Amino acid sequence: MVTTTALEAELLRLAGSVPDPELPVLTLEELGVVRAVHVRGTDAVEVELTPTYTGCPAVEAMSRDIERVLREHGLREVSVRTVLSPAWSTDDITAEGRRKLRESGIAPPRARTTPGPVLLELGPTRTGTPRPTGTHGTPAADPVRCPHCGSADTELLSRFSSTACKALRRCLACREPFDHFKEV
Amino acid sequence: MTATVATTAALALGDDALVLSHRLGEWVGHAPVLEEEVALANIALDLLGQARFLLSMVGDEDELAYLREERAFTNLQLVEQPNGDFAHTIARQLYFSTYQHLLYAQLAAAGGVFAPLAGKAVHEVAYHRDHAEQWTLRLGDGTDVSHERMRRACTALWRFTGELFQPVAGLDVDWAGLETAWLESVGDVLRRATLTLPEGPRSGAWSAGAGRQGLHTEPFGRMLAEMQHLHRSHPGASW
Repeated sequence: MVTTTALEAELLRLAGSVPDPELPVLTLEELGVVRAVHVRGTDAVEVELTPTYTGCPAVEAMSRDIERVLREHGLREVSVRTVLSPAWSTDDITAEGRRKLRESGIAPPRARTTPGPVLLELGPTRTGTPRPTGTHGTPAADPVRCPHCGSADTELLSRFSSTACKALRRCLACREPFDHFKEV
Repeated sequence: MTATVATTAALALGDDALVLSHRLGEWVGHAPVLEEEVALANIALDLLGQARFLLSMVGDEDELAYLREERAFTNLQLVEQPNGDFAHTIARQLYFSTYQHLLYAQLAAAGGVFAPLAGKAVHEVAYHRDHAEQWTLRLGDGTDVSHERMRRACTALWRFTGELFQPVAGLDVDWAGLETAWLESVGDVLRRATLTLPEGPRSGAWSAGAGRQGLHTEPFGRMLAEMQHLHRSHPGASW
């Protein structure tokens, strides 16, 4: 991230203060999706935004919200450009973002120790019994903890949940289902 | 790389993603359990995101998706095959997501115009591949009925898998290496699912050519008619 001026740093802070449209407890800065702000001329600005997932439908709402906030700040021309590279990773979510996720009942992603996704072990579900894990399904050493009671004894119900970035799990201690922000 | 070559490649990759996304979307409202409905819809959404990016590299995404005729699409015949039963959908997912995961990993490493997308999508497709593999294991090594359905599905789609390794102009890919890795991976999953790699040819004259050349199987025309009719009936409509 290259911020060359104090104004750009200020505008980056403003753009980053916009709440995520799908997870409004998080700001875009905590989610780690606002990459840079470039001032062009006196009252025009270009913002670089990276999507969490390629097909994330929230990108358009994020762009609109950033444009609105910066226009309210007096900028005449605001353009939001989507950048894919380097790819967003759940490691880009800040520590504060992780704390807020846990507080709102979503298990935060674990740190990625190796490149590539941390794939999930298939636990027993109502649709079947456990099977040997796949070649990519080596259990992570770091268990997903229940955001409600903190237990490490949780099972996967589905790899995909309310949004593409989450998996659905259930706590075996307190029996509460919960979303897990899965690692990419 | 000439513009034309990049266009050919962007359309091939984009059409694969778009057509499979549409097929998976057809499960919405019909999947066996709610979790699976959500999973298939999320995979479809990831693919749609890829398709939008790839088609936008070439032109207007809506025009390309909704106003091209069947012969202008260059997707693989595999992805246009109807959903069939759940085992058919999983077999199609196993064959395609393994291919796409290996392909994107190569494209990401090669640099070039497709590297940013491939480098991002490869992480998403890894979940699609894992989803397909785990279901293949569960169905293959499940009941007699699920085993037989999975076996039938893998066999039925086998003849569309040769085309996956037909080189696409503009893609810096080791196609022979891709095919070897694909056969090894799919073979390993099927073996662990108490199934075997199907026998028989993986392409042939009966396939009426190949999707990459714009030649498609009969169900594709009906799929396109459904996918395009709203846009064609209300040109320029938006919401």
